[in-house]
Amino acid sequence: MSLGGAISVREATKVYDPDGAGVLALDHCSMEIGPGEFSVVVGPSGCGKTTLLNAIAGFHELTEGQIFLDGQLLSSPGQPAKPGSDRVVVFQNGALFPWLTILENVAFGPLAQKKLEPPEAHKAAATMLETMGLSFIAHDYPGQLSSGMRRRAEIARAMMCHPKVLLLDEPFRALDALTKTVAHQFLMEVYDRERPTVFFITHDLDEAIFLASRVYVMTTRPATVKKILDVPLPRPRDFRLLASKECQILRAECQQAVRDEALKAFSAGEREM
Amino acid sequence: MTEMGSNVLAALPETLPRPPRTRLFGRLGGGLGRWLGSSSPWLNLVGLLGFLALWHLLTAVFKAPLFAKLPGPWETVKEWFSTNPTYGISIFTLEYYQHIGLSCLRVFLAFLLATGLGVPLGLLMGWKKTFSDYAFPILELLRPIPMLAWVPLAILMWPGRESSIVFLTFLGSFFATLLNSWLGVKSIDEAHFRAAKCLGASESLIFRKIVWPGAMPFVFTGLQISVGYAWFSLVAGEMLAGEFGLGYLIWDSYILVQYPVIIIAMITLGVVGSLNSLMIRKIANFLIRWKVREDAQ
Repeated sequence: MSLGGAISVREATKVYDPDGAGVLALDHCSMEIGPGEFSVVVGPSGCGKTTLLNAIAGFHELTEGQIFLDGQLLSSPGQPAKPGSDRVVVFQNGALFPWLTILENVAFGPLAQKKLEPPEAHKAAATMLETMGLSFIAHDYPGQLSSGMRRRAEIARAMMCHPKVLLLDEPFRALDALTKTVAHQFLMEVYDRERPTVFFITHDLDEAIFLASRVYVMTTRPATVKKILDVPLPRPRDFRLLASKECQILRAECQQAVRDEALKAFSAGEREM
Repeated sequence: MTEMGSNVLAALPETLPRPPRTRLFGRLGGGLGRWLGSSSPWLNLVGLLGFLALWHLLTAVFKAPLFAKLPGPWETVKEWFSTNPTYGISIFTLEYYQHIGLSCLRVFLAFLLATGLGVPLGLLMGWKKTFSDYAFPILELLRPIPMLAWVPLAILMWPGRESSIVFLTFLGSFFATLLNSWLGVKSIDEAHFRAAKCLGASESLIFRKIVWPGAMPFVFTGLQISVGYAWFSLVAGEMLAGEFGLGYLIWDSYILVQYPVIIIAMITLGVVGSLNSLMIRKIANFLIRWKVREDAQ
């Protein structure tokens, strides 16, 4: 079922040096993410989680280290990854094109890659929206929809590319608690249908435990992996799971690790990035 | 409590009479009908009549020192709508329409040139840093030069009056178009470019599907401003070098002491300019439906 999508991050280091200040965002960070794994990365604000995501997506170049995708070198210093439809990003503030309807947005991927002709692409997009229960918004523009709905549509657009890796950068951050649970359910269903490798960044520990196969707790900046937590809860998962004892124990463990780092970040005067 | 509330609401449409005006203009269709049914058109009318009254009082009744030489509204209107105008310009003379037509043609040509050059150049500058590195310094240097400073060069450079007037008009509108197109691209969220690349878009597709539609709201704002500048520059150009056109008519009438014609030409400029802006706004609203719907939320 899985399409591959094993990510291997080896000693990835990134120094931002826009004005000679030399900010170390990632420090010899290593991570082995299995194919089809739902990995959730948590850590203090501005710790460098997004930097790692950007390196995998191909928006940034690494200063040191390598990233491999299915054993192939994806990114190394001087040879950044090229953004591509095998690793699609769902952005923190959303990046649906406001000038296209939801249907046109969802059809964008296969059209851009010239995989389908416009009529077929629109048909495929309509089918995708139907599978995801979003048919009723197909002809709306993003600006007419709630942010929860937009996030779901953006995930649908990403899944049209059938990516090996789905990269999500705090996608549900701005959603209220109720909408969030619906969005979680939605993402779980999407994941269970195709099992792409997921790289999901968040601050929300409940969200992390509920979604993840594995949680990576990052240290404060410069980021490395502080702790790996396996979440061996069966799928498909139901929101009631969060009240279970196993979940509570995992959450407490996760919280402890994150809290230590958050305190360090706080005393270092770290601010949101 | 809630039950009572819902009963009252259900009864509302029947107990309350509908305002008659809405019915009167209801047939004219959505927007216009609603506008005519509201108080706005009547307030507009009061404002306009107030202005005319003030104008009349200042010129014809009090003959205030500043206004002593100016024709009053009645004098102007009489001349404007006369079948046998004293100074040869009214809505019944061919010459009036020749002036309007030639001015419109000049603005149209200049505006077309300014848009055809300014929009692509601005979009490219906003999109590709290398391109803006080349073009920015020189354009930023030329931009602040007032259009009037170009008059001598325009006359030296171009053969004949016609092309130099069009050139001056073009200059007036070009920079506004360029700058706004450039800002339009800058206003696009970087995430849109990244998302397009993720989804496998080529550079040319990014230009067509991201840069162009994303910048469109700013581009059209720029066009509205630039058409205003075009008229501004046109009048200056026509006053200096024209043989025909509304700007020329104003200046010529001043020299020949045909004061009502000045007012006629000025009002005509106001009307034509407003129609121009309205046209661009209509086209923009059609092309940027997504934005209009978004704003309506």
